[in-house]
Amino acid sequence: MALLEVKNIKKDFGKVQVLKGVSFSLEKGQVLAIIGSSGSGKTTLLRCLNFLETPDEGEIIVDGKQLFAAGTKYTDDQIRENRLHFGLVFQNFNLFPQYNVLKNVTLAPTLLQKGTPEELDALGKRLLEQMGLSNKINAYPCELSGGQQQRVAIARAWAMHPEVLCFDEPTSALDPELTGEVLRVIKGLKGEDRTMIVVTHEMDFAKSVADVVIYMADGVIEEIGTPEEIFEHPKSEKTRAFLHGFQEAF
Amino acid sequence: MFTRMCAMFIPVTMELLDGFWETLKVFLLTLVCALPLGLIVSFGSMSKFTPLKALVKCFVWVIRGTPLMLQLIIIFYGPGLLFDLPAMPRFTATIIAFSINYACYFSEIYRGGIESISKGQYEAGQVLGLTKGQIFFRIVLPQVVKRIMAPMSNEVITLVKDTSLARIISVYEIIWAGESFIKKGLLWPLFYTGAFYLLFNGVLTLLFGRIEKKLNYYRG
Repeated sequence: MALLEVKNIKKDFGKVQVLKGVSFSLEKGQVLAIIGSSGSGKTTLLRCLNFLETPDEGEIIVDGKQLFAAGTKYTDDQIRENRLHFGLVFQNFNLFPQYNVLKNVTLAPTLLQKGTPEELDALGKRLLEQMGLSNKINAYPCELSGGQQQRVAIARAWAMHPEVLCFDEPTSALDPELTGEVLRVIKGLKGEDRTMIVVTHEMDFAKSVADVVIYMADGVIEEIGTPEEIFEHPKSEKTRAFLHGFQEAF
Repeated sequence: MFTRMCAMFIPVTMELLDGFWETLKVFLLTLVCALPLGLIVSFGSMSKFTPLKALVKCFVWVIRGTPLMLQLIIIFYGPGLLFDLPAMPRFTATIIAFSINYACYFSEIYRGGIESISKGQYEAGQVLGLTKGQIFFRIVLPQVVKRIMAPMSNEVITLVKDTSLARIISVYEIIWAGESFIKKGLLWPLFYTGAFYLLFNGVLTLLFGRIEKKLNYYRG
């Protein structure tokens, strides 16, 4: 059974229909890369999965449990519970500036009582070590480079053990020379049964890390397949044009 | 004249200190009430429930748009004149009037601070599964406090001086104490009260400077 099932998600912003019926499913441990031009609805899809936007239609099912069905009224607490199944790493990090790196990672599990202070402290340090930030645990976000901040944000999202970790263009706000360190860390998270969805413009990264690639255009999934299918043998004319545009740029 | 001044200096100082103690009481009690009340008023003025928002905005307009001196008079005499209620103690009326007035000014400072925090900070808290209360008190408010320190220090220093308005409803404070010497033919004690304000506001300025410096450990 698929870990994540997304069925016919639609979302309007006023008169603009941003998502026009998006469905896909994802197995446990798989990495899904979502590519597509700006305005194709990639980010809105991730925001719907994290309940930052409420879809107008559709269903979201995790591990056989229906978390969202359009038309149902959810209380704040239900939405909050549902969010815990997903994690989100933002394009511009959104770290908490007043807390040091370790506290950024341990704040949410501490407030939600996910363990004793000692356990959470150890968890935070372990995650930060994995991110290559052992020497920065007492630093404040303003003292870090963009790449370091994004790695803290990944550790922060991971500390809540979400079943599906989403990345919204995690390297788009970074200087080009800093994207490598973040992409390497995300690549390192693959395996260990970690299910991830990455919205990205880094085609080489998508090719090498993803198990499934979705190309989105105008609010629909134009094409879905393995990296080989999408990048080497795209069926859709639009996909071909998009990838061609990318190659031409470089 | 100079020798007379020297002879009177200590008794005048003692009398003024008495008055200044009353000034301090009005100042401190107003702060204790108006700081949290202002936060509540700011929530009202940012409410998504339009009637409440309109009501609170209108209330803030009235309070900020009329003199505090008039508000003192209305709160002290109003209930008796309008509803035949027994008069409340003058000091209580003073604290009520000052707290409401300052809460409205504070509320606008809070609102500015709260609205300056990026949406991303709220969303970061939301996706981590935090409650609205946790997001506000643990993520947003600490950043707001840092951002509003400078305008807050302005208001707090103004409050120290505004306490002198309480004498319009015969609440004893330092200006009253200084003025009472005029009947005895001494004008200088009234001028001397300025030293007390100046000294106390100097202490407050240093205090705010220290807090701002302390909060400077991070940017953002």
